Amino acid sequence: MCTYATVKTELVGSAKGPNSKWFGVTDGTVYFDHPVHAMAEHTLNIDFADPSKGPGARVAVELTAASARELVAAIEAALASAPEALTV
Amino acid sequence: MTAETIRITGHDGEEIEAYTARPAGEETRGGVVVIHHMPGYDRATKEIVRRFAELGYDAICPNLYWREAPGADPDDAAATARANGGVPDERLIGDVGGSAEALRALPTSNGKVGVIGYCSGGRQSVLAACNLPLDAAVDCYGAFVVGTPPEGFPLQVTNLIAQLPNLRCPLLGLFGNEDQYPSPEQVNELDEILTRENKPHEFYRYDNAGHAFFSVDRPAYRVEAANDGWEQVETFYDTYLGG
Repeated sequence: MCTYATVKTELVGSAKGPNSKWFGVTDGTVYFDHPVHAMAEHTLNIDFADPSKGPGARVAVELTAASARELVAAIEAALASAPEALTV
Repeated sequence: MTAETIRITGHDGEEIEAYTARPAGEETRGGVVVIHHMPGYDRATKEIVRRFAELGYDAICPNLYWREAPGADPDDAAATARANGGVPDERLIGDVGGSAEALRALPTSNGKVGVIGYCSGGRQSVLAACNLPLDAAVDCYGAFVVGTPPEGFPLQVTNLIAQLPNLRCPLLGLFGNEDQYPSPEQVNELDEILTRENKPHEFYRYDNAGHAFFSVDRPAYRVEAANDGWEQVETFYDTYLGG
């Protein structure tokens, strides 16, 4: 299926690549749809991007649904392990 | 065969990029506009364009994401277009119309032009056929020709039910029975609407195939469905674009 579903979020942070260069990330796009590269029919895809720097300023991740859920849990666990004052 | 990247006039008179493949020789022939899938104007789509030239047609695929991402890698361009809400229907009609005109302007044109689209392009193929003077249209598993997109859908996509009475040419539909978008029930609904409207159409529906079964570089590829689907496309275009 082709879900078309797309969830956008603003981000503050940095990502590395393409060409092994760091760049500031301003936009996150999250969707569950066909991957470009991963060997699965559908994946949870995340684009970390800075549209002001052009379409190539993007780090793309394609994860199976199970591994995407594990990533969410890992992110929550990492945030929970830090002192609350640091993660506000 | 000659295959190359060219510029054509698309929607609103704007110049866009397109990929074209044409058989050698000066005999007249039909033309085919290929509408790429949502992942973009990529290598696999260009192979499809060349296959139509190998089948004897002048073929062209407009880069629907040219405005957002000129010169970008296909996957980066697709991500940018997606983040911007997708391709507006009006612009799609203009770009496919410009592609059809470019084909008809060729000295080898017999005046007939068909359209084919995959995935999101399947819906766009039907959309084009409801709004442009085309001679044959192929919808490969396009979602939301019928059916309602879920609430809060960020992409600018609506179903085409209100436009189906305006369908201007025969439609060939190729669908996987394991697909959910479009589901077998939605394919039934489209079939019923077209029958009720007296619109010529042929649907082929494949077991053991889901969405994107033509995609040779993806796990969704199903060789049996894809091979038969290609044969149906060849027969359909031979009927409506030949001569």
